[in-house]
Amino acid sequence: MLTQTEAQDILKKVLSFSTSDDCEATLNGSTSGNVRSARNTISTAGVTDNVSLTVQARFGKRSGLATCNEFDEASLRRCVQRAEEIARLAPESPEYVPLLGPQQYLASPASFAQRTADITPDYRAQQIGASIALCAARKLSSAGFFNDSADFLAKRNSKGLEAYQRFTNLDFSITVRTPDGAGSGYALANYTDLATFDAARLTRVAADKAAASVNAKAIEPGKYTVILEPAAAVELLTNMMQAMDARNADEGRSFLSKKGGGSKKGERIFDERVTIYSDPTHPEVPDLTFAADGRPQRKVTWIEKGIVQNLYSSRFWAQKAGIPDLPPPGGWIMSGGTQSTAELIKSTAKGILVTRLWYIRAVDPQTLLYTGLTRDGTFYIENGQVKFPVKNFRFNESPIIMLNNLEALGKPVRLDGNLVPPLKIRDFTFTSLSDAV
Amino acid sequence: MKRRDFVGLTGLAAGALFLPSLPGFGHTPVDPARLLEPGADVIVKKRLADAALNAAKSAGASYADVRIGRYLNQYVFTREKQVQNIVSTESYGVGIRVLVNGCWGFASTSVVTEASLAATARVAVDIAKADRIVQREPVQLAPQQGYGEVSWKTPIQQSAFEVPVKQKVELLLAANAAALDNGANYINSALFQVNEQKYFASTDGSYIDQDVHRLWPTFSATAVDTKTGKFRSRSALSSPVGLGFEYLTPSAAEQIAGPAGTNTVGYKLRYDLLADAALAGKQAKAKLSMKSVTPGKYDLVLDPGHLGLTIHESVGHPTELDRVLGYEANFAGTSFATLEWKAKNLPYGSQEVNIVADKLQPGSVGAVGYDDEGVKTREWDLIKEGKLVNYQKIRDQAHIVGQKESDGCCYAQSWEDVQFQRMPNVSLRPGKAKLSVDEMVSKVDKGIYIAGAGSFSIDQQRYNFQFGGQLFFAIEKGKITEPLEDVAYQSNTQEFWGACAGSCDQSDYRLYGTFFDGKGQPAQVSSVSHGSATTRFNGVNVINTARKV
Repeated sequence: MLTQTEAQDILKKVLSFSTSDDCEATLNGSTSGNVRSARNTISTAGVTDNVSLTVQARFGKRSGLATCNEFDEASLRRCVQRAEEIARLAPESPEYVPLLGPQQYLASPASFAQRTADITPDYRAQQIGASIALCAARKLSSAGFFNDSADFLAKRNSKGLEAYQRFTNLDFSITVRTPDGAGSGYALANYTDLATFDAARLTRVAADKAAASVNAKAIEPGKYTVILEPAAAVELLTNMMQAMDARNADEGRSFLSKKGGGSKKGERIFDERVTIYSDPTHPEVPDLTFAADGRPQRKVTWIEKGIVQNLYSSRFWAQKAGIPDLPPPGGWIMSGGTQSTAELIKSTAKGILVTRLWYIRAVDPQTLLYTGLTRDGTFYIENGQVKFPVKNFRFNESPIIMLNNLEALGKPVRLDGNLVPPLKIRDFTFTSLSDAV
Repeated sequence: MKRRDFVGLTGLAAGALFLPSLPGFGHTPVDPARLLEPGADVIVKKRLADAALNAAKSAGASYADVRIGRYLNQYVFTREKQVQNIVSTESYGVGIRVLVNGCWGFASTSVVTEASLAATARVAVDIAKADRIVQREPVQLAPQQGYGEVSWKTPIQQSAFEVPVKQKVELLLAANAAALDNGANYINSALFQVNEQKYFASTDGSYIDQDVHRLWPTFSATAVDTKTGKFRSRSALSSPVGLGFEYLTPSAAEQIAGPAGTNTVGYKLRYDLLADAALAGKQAKAKLSMKSVTPGKYDLVLDPGHLGLTIHESVGHPTELDRVLGYEANFAGTSFATLEWKAKNLPYGSQEVNIVADKLQPGSVGAVGYDDEGVKTREWDLIKEGKLVNYQKIRDQAHIVGQKESDGCCYAQSWEDVQFQRMPNVSLRPGKAKLSVDEMVSKVDKGIYIAGAGSFSIDQQRYNFQFGGQLFFAIEKGKITEPLEDVAYQSNTQEFWGACAGSCDQSDYRLYGTFFDGKGQPAQVSSVSHGSATTRFNGVNVINTARKV
């Protein structure tokens, strides 16, 4: 892991070799380790380490990119020369935008935790070992994955832009199955700092679900009130957030395109309790405070009280369309309520509790219709209680419809770098049954 | 926080294929000219590899393998009349895998020196030793003969890396113009060129040098009706191939017309990018006003460019032995086709279903000489006359099914990642009797002809699936009558293959493929092709996917 000074010293040297009109250099490095288990034993484990330099040279509206992985002076010089050669050969870009000048970035010190960067193979083995031991004692079979990384990203250009940030990440997920394959449960978590990580605690949640999901009953597919646990809601919502590109909307090929032209920015298209924003300095989900192209990441409200407030775009499109110059966010935060998933269940007369959705794919980008299946713990709720496990369903549903059929939002939890509430939704569309467990 | 892509992709049918700018992470771009420089000499590679193997053995490994990889890619992205990006990436480094007391350990490094490789080998050994305390099933590795110093190269006629960038850009922009002139409002096009220079060495005594080439030209054309707010896309009917730039020289002999009345064209080992783009422009526009399908049971006639994806999901994945055994339970899932299920000798499909696995088919993206654990590649049957007869295996799984050797299915996406079981080409054998697609359609009373792959989703044990497509045509009383929209079919793997009523003959056989078969944790992608001829399935449930929002 290069420090800010070490990284910027390399980048300064790179820029000093440049003869082009403008030059930008980016360094990124990652050290990561993982361990994977299945059948209550470790299957693979490894570490990887890589640092690379990217140089972008520009002559007028022409640009070229080159890289190297070696950092002696001769290699750096060659790298700059190569970028300049390509830039001289490239066609002029009609969507050319000058490099950014000096930027003010917010601080997000919580994005790096030394404890996570210091994880050892022994620590990984102990955590996955505790998870395996718990399942073996309960005569259940587990398959899990533990991955940690410490990364940095540094940028510098001839217009005075300078950026550096380091960040850590820890992911753990676990699937627990009964030996006969009749029950399956799942849990996952994601952290910057391993302080509160406990593989055994998460494994217990998955093991309880596995045991409770045996002997699932088949009930008719159709429209049901569902409680989507955060792990079930996160991917559909992420897909929707990734479709909020201004250019696609303005060009008429997005769920945010308006009949007759233009985008739905400013329109209320969801239930008024839907508010989604991003904030790279949020203490629970600290994120990069600059985007890949060097634009600052700040707190941005994307949807407020059901109204589309902002769309992200390229720098070119922001200038052309005269809209705020917003890069796509890293993680997103959905405002929720105070109730836990258990409390949402208590207030449900009839419904289905969904642990996880799987193999979600777009069916129609026009309506943002997605299909996919429930997995690893699907239960029938009656009179505020989980009554019995049910067989898995295929759904065909759009987050737009879903977020208009909102019954309640619970307390958000961190998942995949986002804050995601459990969602209670009426008339969620299940179209067929699956035999999969 | 997480590494993630920075660009939203939902609006584009081909998803992540059209990433228009380089994210700050991942592969690193280089000068295109650099891609033509020769890699490290095999003598140098052998010396490096031996340094790692010796260090691993000294540290206590009973087996070790080393993969020195130079992965070169060049991507050209365009939209409408302009180039979006030309990205040349290079990734060079070494992955070392060791077996210590029945535990695997893996470490990789981008610092390629003898000292660094020896140190990395010792890190891998330390990891294996750390994991010993929780190891319950010691690894049993099928014996493998060493091949000595051998090499293999994809048989290409012209390396895409040797074609000037200007020529590639002009070709894509000409395709864009053809689509725009014929009714599309927008088009994104791309050319993906891949060269994997892989050197493998193991303590078995193999030193294998491979030079693998792959190519994929593709696009997505979109038509927009601003008045109604409707938009529709049609993606390229090309396929990723294990060929050089010669794939882009059209040849009448390599084109197959779809059924009369569809105006569709399928491609074998040569592709006509300009003709397909022009047709895509017309078809994208026509989709804006096509009839929406009436849901119900239909006989489906599926072209190979569509059926390949259904084969991939419903046969390719369920017959991966690692899934069957539970190694993928936490992510990709398991399989209904367990060892117990196979022992019951139940039908996987009708008698018409004969499915073969291979890593050999010329032009396929799966074709290589050896896998990433030093096993020579081969061909074998998975399903014969509707019955499952075998799985896809690697060295540490062979003993579980009583086999003495691996099938050569062990691969890693790069030097950075550990190798594991990956899908070979999995293909449906064509029908033995002479049968054209027009003859097949003439016998269908109420059906739908589907061309091109679209939306796809299947459960984690590979029972319930749903597939869309690119183009749909109604068949009534043996004739194509009109194009349709909003079509998807839902079925169950065994029910679907049980409804297989036969395939056209060898003359209709084509390969579908992907560069992005995802599996494993951390997730890795793999390239795979699926061959078939046009095939009929009776009485499949079709749903209408239109929604009002």
